[in-house]
Amino acid sequence: MAWFRKKDQPQEPGTEKRVKIPEGLWVKCNHCREIIYKKELERNGKVCPKCDYHFPIDCAERLALLVDDGSFTERDRGLAPLDPLAFRDTKKYQDRLKDTQERTGLRDAMVMGDARVDGMPVVLAVLQFGFMGGSMGSVVGEKLLRAVERAIDVNAPLIVVTSSGGARMQEGILSLMQMAKTSAAIGRLKARGLPYISLLTDPTYGGVTASFAMLGDLILAEPKALIGFAGPRVIEQTIKQKLPEGFQRAEFLLRHGMVDLIVERKRQREIIRRFIAWSASGSAAEPAAAGRTSG
Amino acid sequence: MSNYLEFEQPLAELDQRIHNLKDQSRHDTKAAEEVKRLQKKIYQLQQEIYHRLTPWQRTLIARHQDRPGTADYITGLLRDFTELHGDRLYGDDPAILGGIGWFDQQAVMVIGHHKGKTVKERVQRNFGMPHPEGYRKALRLMQLAEQFHHPILTFIDTPGAYPGVGAEERGQSEAIARNLLVMSSLRTPIITVVIGEGGSGGALALGVGDRVLMLEHAVYSVISPEGCAAILWNDSAKAKEAADAMKMTAPDLLRLGVIDEVVSEPLGGAHRDAPKMIDAVKQAVAHQLEKLEGSPVDDIVDQRYRKFRRMGVFLEESGSDSSSAHPQNIQE
Ligand SMILES: [Zn+2]
Repeated sequence: MAWFRKKDQPQEPGTEKRVKIPEGLWVKCNHCREIIYKKELERNGKVCPKCDYHFPIDCAERLALLVDDGSFTERDRGLAPLDPLAFRDTKKYQDRLKDTQERTGLRDAMVMGDARVDGMPVVLAVLQFGFMGGSMGSVVGEKLLRAVERAIDVNAPLIVVTSSGGARMQEGILSLMQMAKTSAAIGRLKARGLPYISLLTDPTYGGVTASFAMLGDLILAEPKALIGFAGPRVIEQTIKQKLPEGFQRAEFLLRHGMVDLIVERKRQREIIRRFIAWSASGSAAEPAAAGRTSG
Repeated sequence: MSNYLEFEQPLAELDQRIHNLKDQSRHDTKAAEEVKRLQKKIYQLQQEIYHRLTPWQRTLIARHQDRPGTADYITGLLRDFTELHGDRLYGDDPAILGGIGWFDQQAVMVIGHHKGKTVKERVQRNFGMPHPEGYRKALRLMQLAEQFHHPILTFIDTPGAYPGVGAEERGQSEAIARNLLVMSSLRTPIITVVIGEGGSGGALALGVGDRVLMLEHAVYSVISPEGCAAILWNDSAKAKEAADAMKMTAPDLLRLGVIDEVVSEPLGGAHRDAPKMIDAVKQAVAHQLEKLEGSPVDDIVDQRYRKFRRMGVFLEESGSDSSSAHPQNIQE
């Protein structure tokens, strides 16, 4: 778990070198390495026209894709990280936070609030990979918990969009405990019979995958997204073998039964709408016992 | 005494000198006096070394090959232990040991990571690094305990989840997440003891307890010091620095509110006097079970949820548009 790279190289989740979208006219695809005309990429919703790879998008673009125009109201914006361990590696955690906050305009890696999908109220939380690799520390854990509590308060479905390197090492054991905290919260949501939709985007790893991300009633993934627990480099070093082609891609997870559906960007809102409508159309039955779907 | 760690070398030397004088000291009073003097010196040196252990030294003690493991605690704590195997889905993971038994008069379920002792057994048990079927076996056994309202005892001792292809194929993320979710609302008491290494999600998957105890020299962290060093320092040789930075020792975790109690170890670590260690764990577990006994199960589940809900340290700045009034959560 917790294998995100330093913030200087936040876009390197896989074995392949990643390419940031430069200011120029042309872009190289992270997945198929083809050179694409930037305008064409934008027109295509930041999806590679050659291989269907879904490029990272920012929060505003994500909102535009998933929820009704202007329906999003951010909540708990004031939650900010502290440095409980006085952590320092090659740089102080406090300095890392300050730099990242200045660069991104965010206090931490999750944006959360109320929104609507096709007029239906939802609570939406989006992890921001640009903020320390979308890593989960105390603030992300608390926000996810509050997203759940908000969904229970307003009796609305919860939608979480993930992209994360895993737990935030700079908060040590407290980051690990966020896995228990967020999973316990999702348990409460399920006990209330409220739907939880998890949308996994590239990349989603470590403590985020091994907690709320994999607990969705509906788990969707973007095409070609890298999703796993241990990072590919760690696995390669452990087993001392080359990893199979397509390992930990969304298609690999689908084949192994770990996600419900791979959905390209333009269909995501419609699939989410269908699931919410479907889940709401039943009679108010007994809420299921939390999470007892396996075993 | 044997199997000294590097920082224990001065002790090893004194020990060797005593050993050399042993035969002679039986009939030579001078040699006998020298042995006495050396023994006193060993005691002083032990006090010096073990009361000033660095986090990295504790990590080495926590990983010591002679350190008592889950199987030793099961033998020492339980009567009529019967091992139960398999997840009913895919296989039986030898890295996790579980089964039924009696703790005094109380029927319990016990589950723990199993590292093994001999080289052969360690390999067979994958050094205590579980695969998904291990977590799923643990979950099955926990739900079995819940069915009959028996308390659950878990022992944590793992370097972490196994980073392999099969583990990913079979969904180790989902398996760990599912354990966290189900444990958090399980309707029976759970007591967890971190006995050695608590490595990341593979440890936490057995760790959502009503009471979490930790042995004095055990360590518990989000990632191994080597892993942390490799990522943040780009150099796994910086493991000592990473162990310092991560605050992974029992006193640290007590201060951070992550564990409830530290169980003292015999001087020099659990492996220097395993029977004494096992007895101390038995007393601590008995005490905690006694405290939970008689609590309504609804209260137990509710308090467990609150306990994990509180975890984390953050600030809530003004200008927040939140309408919910949660207190700041900064622990001293
Ligand atoms: Zn492409």
